[in-house]
Amino acid sequence: MTLLEFARGPAIHWALIILVAGTIWRLLGVLALTRGADLSRPRDAFGNYKGYRTVFSRAWPSGEFNVATRYQTVVAYVFHFATLIVVVGITAHIEFIQSLTGTSWPALPNAAGVAVGIVALVSLFALIMRRVTKPSIYCSNRGDYITWVLVAAPLITGLMAFAHLGPRYETMLAIHILSVALLFIWFPFSKLMHSIWFVFSRAQSGLTYAHKGVQI
Amino acid sequence: MAHTSTLGELLRSQGVSRRDFLKFCTTTATVMALPASLIPVMADALEQARRQSVIWLSFQECTGCTEALTRSHAPTIEGLMFDFISLDYHHTLQAASGRAAEAAREEAMREHAGKYLLLVDGSIPTVKAYSTIAGISNLDMLKDSAANAAALIAVGTCAAYGGLPMAAPNPTSAVPVSDIIKDKPIINIPGCPPLPQAITGVIAHYLTLGTLPALDAMGRPLAFFGETIHDRCYRRPFYDRGLFAETFDDEGARKGWCLFKLGCKGPVAYNACAHVKWNQGVSFPIQSGHGCIGCSESGFWDSAGIYESIADGQFGTTPKIASAAVVGAVAGAGAAVLARGKKEKKAAAHAANE
Repeated sequence: MTLLEFARGPAIHWALIILVAGTIWRLLGVLALTRGADLSRPRDAFGNYKGYRTVFSRAWPSGEFNVATRYQTVVAYVFHFATLIVVVGITAHIEFIQSLTGTSWPALPNAAGVAVGIVALVSLFALIMRRVTKPSIYCSNRGDYITWVLVAAPLITGLMAFAHLGPRYETMLAIHILSVALLFIWFPFSKLMHSIWFVFSRAQSGLTYAHKGVQI
Repeated sequence: MAHTSTLGELLRSQGVSRRDFLKFCTTTATVMALPASLIPVMADALEQARRQSVIWLSFQECTGCTEALTRSHAPTIEGLMFDFISLDYHHTLQAASGRAAEAAREEAMREHAGKYLLLVDGSIPTVKAYSTIAGISNLDMLKDSAANAAALIAVGTCAAYGGLPMAAPNPTSAVPVSDIIKDKPIINIPGCPPLPQAITGVIAHYLTLGTLPALDAMGRPLAFFGETIHDRCYRRPFYDRGLFAETFDDEGARKGWCLFKLGCKGPVAYNACAHVKWNQGVSFPIQSGHGCIGCSESGFWDSAGIYESIADGQFGTTPKIASAAVVGAVAGAGAAVLARGKKEKKAAAHAANE
């Protein structure tokens, strides 16, 4: 079996299995630990529903924190959107998703995909520079750095494969797919789960405060 | 056939002018990436070339490689060169049969010991009884013939990498030439069939310089297998702009858009079809509207469906991933039950302590 056959076959298959099983495991395992309903009367008649607004209102830090957080927030959003566009906009990725789910959608031209990929990579480097140079703000542990490497690797290897840099194309493609497989395996057991948690944690804070009468 | 003593005499007798001959030398040298200073050397060497003894062994093959090589509408200089070499043994082309044919082979091996080129097409079954010629198994015939050969050329994907006979479940235990012969230089010229120019180009190189051309890591001549189809495909601009044919004969297909989504293996197939093309430059599969099947790559029969895009996953997916979701749900529920149990126990202990 060549490296590419291994990467496209058992490697990505098992990585997807671990991703799905691990994510649902952690999701259910944590959601089952909710505190139970607050049985007191809410201070605001519609408070419990207005509390969900927090999921959206916390998408940007409050005005008083703007000066301190603007750079970080902007760069992080650029990174997230660029990575999302790369993942769902590049033809080969859409083909792969179609082979799994049957759905597909129009793709970006390759040049646009490459441009957005470079933006994602540059913003990712800006983020790690900030993390490393401001230890007073970021108490980083090993998991943070591993996460950064496993997120950067698919971007770098994907760009290299497309540009025919480095090893022969079929090898570079295999390395790209393997790096994605590693990311999938790491995902459910790391801080990357924030991509799913953030909805629940924002909602929980919002509901608690709304119940107590805070105007969300 | 050709009873003239040098290649130059043969070509003249066939009406090939000196000008055409030099044009051929220039083109061949260019395609083989030889420096321009070698063109007069090549012309001289080919002019004087005496008949090179070639033995062609056909094992588990379909004869497609011979067909590709010999079926040309107009005689080409490549074709004439192929006439010029002393093809001492070839099942399809030789006049003799039976014992006379085998005797011709044995005599050529004796008379030109150490100097003949051994061309092999077809894979070799390691279970000897599965393929025999004149009662001799392919395995034994290959080993015997290779012992005194100057070099071996594995023509076609079957000889180079095992090809169709070696595809799962490999009922004849077929192997490529390089699995059996370890002590002689072997060139692989894969393809199903290979480009005729690749075969004759290698022979021309050997006639001129007496050596085999530069090879890549899989033993293929770099001149013909150094680039992928994708890198030279005329439909590449459509790939870059993201214009793909979604099905055969849809609007995109009629406009000649990229066939990536229809399973074209161009990006991972190393061959020269996209620029050298077939039938003296008429066309090649992608130009005719069908994606490349990667026929010059090892294991291409088993590696993916012909109409499955390279980007697709290679696994019977949905059931297993769906069951992964179930496993995760069970594990999550189990973890939740355990955690709640622990929480209630701690709460009870805390209440008891107060």
